[in-house]
Amino acid sequence: METSEVLLALQKPRLYELAAAGARIDGRKPDEYRQITIDENFIAFTAEGSCRLRMGNTDLIAGVKLTTGTPFPDTPEEGVLMTGAELPPLASSEFSFGPPSPFAIETARVIDRGIRESKMLDVKKLVIEPKESVWIVNIDIQALNYDGNLIDAGQLAAVKALLSTKIPKYEDGKIIREESSGNLPTQDKPISTTFAQVNKHNFLDPKFEEERLADALLTIQSTEKGALCAMQKQGTGSFMPKEVEGLVEESIKKGKEIRKKFL
Amino acid sequence: MSSNTDVQLIKNGKRLSGRKLEDLREIKIQPGVLDNADGSCYLEWGNNKVIAAVYGPKEAMPRHTQNPLKAVMNYKYNMAPFSVEDRKRPGPDRRSTEISKISGAALSKVVLLEKFPNMQIDVFVDVLQADAGTRCAALSAASVALADAGIPMTSLIACCAAGKIDNKVVVDLDKPEDNHGQADVPMAVIPRTEEIVLLQMDGHLTADEFKTAMRMAIDGSKKVNEIQIQALKEKYQGELNGD
Repeated sequence: METSEVLLALQKPRLYELAAAGARIDGRKPDEYRQITIDENFIAFTAEGSCRLRMGNTDLIAGVKLTTGTPFPDTPEEGVLMTGAELPPLASSEFSFGPPSPFAIETARVIDRGIRESKMLDVKKLVIEPKESVWIVNIDIQALNYDGNLIDAGQLAAVKALLSTKIPKYEDGKIIREESSGNLPTQDKPISTTFAQVNKHNFLDPKFEEERLADALLTIQSTEKGALCAMQKQGTGSFMPKEVEGLVEESIKKGKEIRKKFL
Repeated sequence: MSSNTDVQLIKNGKRLSGRKLEDLREIKIQPGVLDNADGSCYLEWGNNKVIAAVYGPKEAMPRHTQNPLKAVMNYKYNMAPFSVEDRKRPGPDRRSTEISKISGAALSKVVLLEKFPNMQIDVFVDVLQADAGTRCAALSAASVALADAGIPMTSLIACCAAGKIDNKVVVDLDKPEDNHGQADVPMAVIPRTEEIVLLQMDGHLTADEFKTAMRMAIDGSKKVNEIQIQALKEKYQGELNGD
């Protein structure tokens, strides 16, 4: 057991005691996001689209780079979306150097799932030459400071970055990054909401202690029209069916609020 | 989920496999199939074939992973290279890493890990042949293998997926339905209490459709649970009766 885990465990009684009364360690309401601030086009010089996003003390950058390549054989007339999450030791003593941890892989895959399944990107419009050459949209999330809820923060940053992404000019098999041929073709704006179940209460946007000490976590992602596009349960606890139904409703409502405010 | 909705998957209320919307595929479960493992289980679910092995509890290694309060649940989901149409490169990938993480968490809800401080329990599940729904098949088999290993649990967990094809919510998608379907909701539950221990979703579902899917997956899981219990009884009833 690592020292950091012991320190975290020491905070558990207080977190759970507060939760019993529906209260949180930072005084937020159960359904309240931390303050979100967005710096658009933070990496304007080198990335095709980017965004730096702070959600409370969680701080990260989403960068979009466009490359070209051959499409997948089963989708010869569709562009490709790839999402990665880099959680370096710079962002937290929890993280270490080396290949991505299961946590980083899961974070990236859940962010990817919502963007993919909402059909935010019109991948059919990202074809350069059918079967031969398509645009590959690479989303990379780089954590700078980890204080929980990387999925919601990362996805909001990614969606924001994609909305501002310019497709470079493509001529005679070459990418001309200085010139743009227009915006990425988008058709939806998915929003992710993550709830941490602490002592039978569900808290939106968990900060680090809540996320790590929660019995279970549930991420729910919805589209502009209020349909569900992705879900993921994490942690060793459980949710009752009625509880999930309530969270789904709340997620769709929160999604609308966030979309209106930030996108 | 595919954007292809041009394939008709439901005709006259029946699916291509002849199943009704709420029908599961045929499931066969056989515990205790591997000699070296402390517990094991072979499971067939439609054309899915999976095998699960449990080793432990044993001292957790490397030592820094040891937890003085409880055992470490080490779940590894793996796909054989020949288990899918295009050969799969052997070894872990991003998909199997994610499935292993959430499946191990699901089992941790029922396994009495506090009974084995500083130990680890290994659960290895290999998918030998895949026909959609492998994470559910794997976790259902793993649960039986843990019981076969005699590891104390508060309950078995049972799994089943629901999804949407041709704008209808159905249970237990097979490969063609998964490829051309509109949504997939894999779930694992504690059958008696309906506590949800694994839940994922991808595709497109309204809140009402999701509600239906969740109900169908829970009911499906309960059917899987009956087969799990029957399989364990068949193996151990004799011993219980003193035969």
